[in-house]
Amino acid sequence: MIRLEKRPTPSRTWVAVTPVLAVLLTMIAGGLMFWALGKNPFEAIRTIFWDPLFNEQFAAYSRPQLLVKAGPLILIAIGLSLGFRAGIWNIGAEGQYIMGAIAGAAVGLYFYPEPGWHIFPLMVAAGLVGGMLWGLIPGLLKVWFGTNEILVSLLLVYVAESLLAAMAIGKMKNPDGGGFPGSRNFAKYEASANPELIAGTGMHLGVVTAFIAVIAAYVLLQRHMLGYNIRLTGQAPRAARFSGVSPAALVLICMGASGALAGMAGLFEVTGPGGQISIDFASGYGFTAVIVALLGRLNPIGILLAGLLLALTYIGGELAQFMLSLPKASIQAFQGMLLFFLLALDLLSNYRIRLARREVAR
Amino acid sequence: MIYGLVQPDAGQMVLRGAPYHPHRPSEARQKGVAMVFQHFSLFDALNVAENVALGMENPPPMGELAGQIRKVSSTYGLPLDPARLVGDLSAGERQRVEIVRCLLQDPKLLIMDEPTSVLTPQEVEILFRTLRQLSAEGTAILYISHKLEEIRSLCDTATILRRGKVVASCNPREKSARELAELMVGQILTPPARAEHTPGELRLEVSGLSVASPNPFGTSLKNISFQLRGGEVLGIAGVAGNGQDELLLALSGEITTQAGRVKIKGQPAGNLGPNERRALGLVSAPEERLGHAAAPDMSLSENALLSGNLRQGLSSGGFINWAKVETFAAEIIKAFDVRTPGTHVAARALSGGNLQKFVLGREILQNPDIIVVNQPTWGVDAAAAATIRQALLDLSAKGAAVVVISQDLDELLEVADSFAALNEGSLSALRPARGLSVDQIGLMMGGAHGLPETPALAPKPEEARL
Repeated sequence: MIRLEKRPTPSRTWVAVTPVLAVLLTMIAGGLMFWALGKNPFEAIRTIFWDPLFNEQFAAYSRPQLLVKAGPLILIAIGLSLGFRAGIWNIGAEGQYIMGAIAGAAVGLYFYPEPGWHIFPLMVAAGLVGGMLWGLIPGLLKVWFGTNEILVSLLLVYVAESLLAAMAIGKMKNPDGGGFPGSRNFAKYEASANPELIAGTGMHLGVVTAFIAVIAAYVLLQRHMLGYNIRLTGQAPRAARFSGVSPAALVLICMGASGALAGMAGLFEVTGPGGQISIDFASGYGFTAVIVALLGRLNPIGILLAGLLLALTYIGGELAQFMLSLPKASIQAFQGMLLFFLLALDLLSNYRIRLARREVAR
Repeated sequence: MIYGLVQPDAGQMVLRGAPYHPHRPSEARQKGVAMVFQHFSLFDALNVAENVALGMENPPPMGELAGQIRKVSSTYGLPLDPARLVGDLSAGERQRVEIVRCLLQDPKLLIMDEPTSVLTPQEVEILFRTLRQLSAEGTAILYISHKLEEIRSLCDTATILRRGKVVASCNPREKSARELAELMVGQILTPPARAEHTPGELRLEVSGLSVASPNPFGTSLKNISFQLRGGEVLGIAGVAGNGQDELLLALSGEITTQAGRVKIKGQPAGNLGPNERRALGLVSAPEERLGHAAAPDMSLSENALLSGNLRQGLSSGGFINWAKVETFAAEIIKAFDVRTPGTHVAARALSGGNLQKFVLGREILQNPDIIVVNQPTWGVDAAAAATIRQALLDLSAKGAAVVVISQDLDELLEVADSFAALNEGSLSALRPARGLSVDQIGLMMGGAHGLPETPALAPKPEEARL
């Protein structure tokens, strides 16, 4: 008989070991699936986890992609994790990401084609504010009228997407674009470009910002009263009120901060890898970041690793589809297995497994 | 374990001559074992009959069940209306629901865990009458309590447990309460020492305080007024659910009102939050240890920061000084003899008594001018309870004003200088605690439950002056 027994305090060892174990189990289970599909399991696993980074032929293209994809995921997920820790569920990061990009782009287009060092910082600030305001809408509605922030923030994503489409074919359409939808290309306009900082690494300012956000969030949660209040509110809301935390202020801070970071991610994307405001600019980073945040156990370091891991499986998955002609569904199943094992094994950090009966008390 | 909730590691139980090892409560119920828990397992939003039906294996149709409930409750002198919502019942009535639920299953063994902790003395009498009747009819009763007088008046044999071990078995009628207490605690008890004192300056003024309860089944406070001086201990009695939680919230600052309703050292504070009130010198310790006074999954040092940040200066510019927090937590653990491997342990890993010592220690060590505590020794062993009461008295001897909200009358009579009772959200007039008998207090507490207050008990003008 197998029983689960709650640990008096969560095990630190298991918190560290479970992700590694989960990846190994995913490799085994996924390998079996690929083998059943008639592919060489070792080759498939190598293509997903190894080739994107170290294969001589593809790594030159795919290695920079790792940071390009992980950067926005991490930046958004860090913001979301603050709210999630306090039990405030901002599910609409995708919308805040779009609004940040639109607000920043508007500033950039306003100055076009002027040169000037001040333009890019202004665009970043506008992106930050745009995302923050979009995030504050569900926050304020929750504080004033008690609406559910999950629903409101999620529905605002669709509003933002419609606005994005309207901008791409309307106000922001490139006048020199020959009638195609989409704005001017910011990456090609020097004052607004967010270029690769070190060639061949994919490192751009957005990635740097993401790393700074990881460190800042870590310090905030470990050393600052605000971080403490966030954790306290999430774990014991009544104790937080007893401690003197204002729930309304915390909702606004968390929604605003997560919106601001998502907005900045959108701005760095539109000025860098994305290049322009287009109808298909929104690529689901805001939703994937929810997974990254939860996968990283809402811990900044965990989010950093989870963002890199998820980015790797996306890039490696694409490579495997292309190289081994694996079906897309099998790649998604593989990614699903990874999430499944990570979350299932998470149980072990809070519970211990007891086989058969407990030994007789001495 | 007898009820099948926990499985034994070793040894065996024998029920009516046959080996007995239930794997789950339903099996225990089939064998004729019923249990009334210290914490009621009732749904506030359902009526009495529905709640009873939920605890039965094969409940009869509602109409029939209501009839059975009426019959059983009148047989045993436990008046109960099957159609009333449980949320509207007093704690004593809720307990009757639990007892009736057990009785309907015709138990051979009835287990009661601390049944009187939420009852008025009058309700306790009714309960005891029922229990004696049941035992006369042949039901065995296992009565778990730390109230020794109850054991002495009710029980035929007593088994004393200390830290999970049987330390003695005796006939409680042949022992004094003090002897029993010493068996229970394993050391000689010293009643809290009280020095004579002169009241200091006015510390806490509450005038016309009325607040709605944040909880749909809670009790709103109605026009509460009292004044408290430094060095005084005010004991507030009352049956659970008569506004104790709300009073604590309104005093701690978790519920705010108009500024003038609560004055701390003369300063209007009714509109201030918990931290601003802490800055003025008022600290508090809520009844619910896990989840309100402490965060269950946080370590003891993190819990020390919970309310100690401001007065102990544990952070500067918003940045937490963890070294100071550790020191403060270690200080609490040492000063209040909290049994724990260290400050890194999660609050939920501590026993109730140890956590309560930690929570009260955290507030007391902040050297407050006013401290408000709700049920300071609820579910705490006798030695820890004595420590806590002594610490509160020491604090008042240093000149602090102390408000103790409690359902344990012996405790209140032991520590309080003045005394009042909460009843359905209203506070009775304050009276000196000295000379009040338990019976008189019971009537003050139960006033609105249909028990008339006799004229002889009305406060004399000079006594009510406090």
